[in-house]
Amino acid sequence: MEQQHGQIGQQIELPFMESLRISFQSLKIRFGRSIITTAGITLGIAFMVSVLTNSDFSNAMKETGKEQGITTFEEDDEEGRVSTKEIWLIIMSLIVCVVGIANAMLMAVTERFREIGTMKCLGALDRFIVRLFLLESGFQGLAGALIGALIGTLGSILLNLKNYGLDLFFYFPLFPKKLQAGPGNEIVIYGVIVIILFGAVLGMLLAVIGAAFPAWRAAKLPPAEAMRTEV
Amino acid sequence: MADIVVKTEDVVKEYQMGDNVLRALDGISIEIERGEYISLMGPSGSGKSTLFNMIGALDRPTGGHVFIDGQDMSQLSQSQIAWFRCHRVGYIFQSYNLLHVMTALENVTLPMIFAGLSASQRNDKGAELLELVGLGDRIDHRPDELSGGQRQRVAIARALANDPSIILADEPTANLDTITGREIIDLIKQLNTEEKVTVISATHDLKMLDVSDRIVDIRDGLVERIRNRDEIEIEIGEVGGH
Repeated sequence: MEQQHGQIGQQIELPFMESLRISFQSLKIRFGRSIITTAGITLGIAFMVSVLTNSDFSNAMKETGKEQGITTFEEDDEEGRVSTKEIWLIIMSLIVCVVGIANAMLMAVTERFREIGTMKCLGALDRFIVRLFLLESGFQGLAGALIGALIGTLGSILLNLKNYGLDLFFYFPLFPKKLQAGPGNEIVIYGVIVIILFGAVLGMLLAVIGAAFPAWRAAKLPPAEAMRTEV
Repeated sequence: MADIVVKTEDVVKEYQMGDNVLRALDGISIEIERGEYISLMGPSGSGKSTLFNMIGALDRPTGGHVFIDGQDMSQLSQSQIAWFRCHRVGYIFQSYNLLHVMTALENVTLPMIFAGLSASQRNDKGAELLELVGLGDRIDHRPDELSGGQRQRVAIARALANDPSIILADEPTANLDTITGREIIDLIKQLNTEEKVTVISATHDLKMLDVSDRIVDIRDGLVERIRNRDEIEIEIGEVGGH
């Protein structure tokens, strides 16, 4: 390549398909490590989804339970509202989910600072690197969160089958709705489908944000500094 | 008039270490001619690696200027710096810095992806370069399946990916045994003479002395002296090296 001395060009864009290929390959080769990170996401979402669906199930059975005279929800207060204990549990599960996923992604990116510095030496623009990590974490987040949401739902179903038996399927709260539990007392059912979707989207978002922040920080560093960073 | 490819002008680099400021480079001014093989020598902590990073646009100087091909590096945009790293310079590191998820060929072709070459162009050229460094039969091996010397050869092939005008080698032999180190030095020297690439190497490996055209001794962030080849040969006789 015979360029005029002193003439510096502009770096070109990395084609999207190349980014996709590189990030897929990175996930595949690092399979063991990817699985651990993904498992972190799965666990967080599974816990949260199981708490939410569990609450949905007991709410859905509340009305029907009254009709049938079964009293299996002794923990709830007499008005049939979501108990403070349950709200507390939901908040806790959300916190565990957020912190767990952010931590998993932070670790996974930080241990690759050297790789980020190397790619910059080879001519990668900051946004190439951020995009690679966005794609990787997006895949991991979506896969992990979907699996987690399904595991959480399944676990919750199994648990509630023990309490309610097959009635659970008869009154299965698949879609969101409102139940009238008494005068001026509405019970909101989120719907299992909504909970699963919420879990999947939340998991993916958290994974992407959790990865993008450290990746962006590392990509902005001069390569020498990124490569010097020891973890 | 000599063709100056790299020129540093009073380059200063300071690091903030807690409350203290560490002055790694204390005003370095050197000129490097096109096609030269130059070694930056000095004990660890002398600032030679820092200078290496400044010349390769891997870090920003606190003060002073670095000119490559007459272009002031501090004036370049991010995109131009990325282009510069991609097309003008090939980097070789002490710890190879290969991407361990990629095969030898993929490592060598990565800079070509950034340069926009098509897949077939990349694979042809990558295989050719790996052949050149003597790894024609190991292109599909990953770094952890290669020896240290072989990894460094992959790194050299990668450094050549986009036909750079400068090769920057930071302690390329420090992790290698004497014989392998010698082979790596010979390979870099061969590229220097055959491909007319300017080689700038930070090192304290005495084996690198007799292939260098000039040696810049760095001490405490300053240029202590600059020696020419003829002066070097006498000293090597005294040291009793190669």
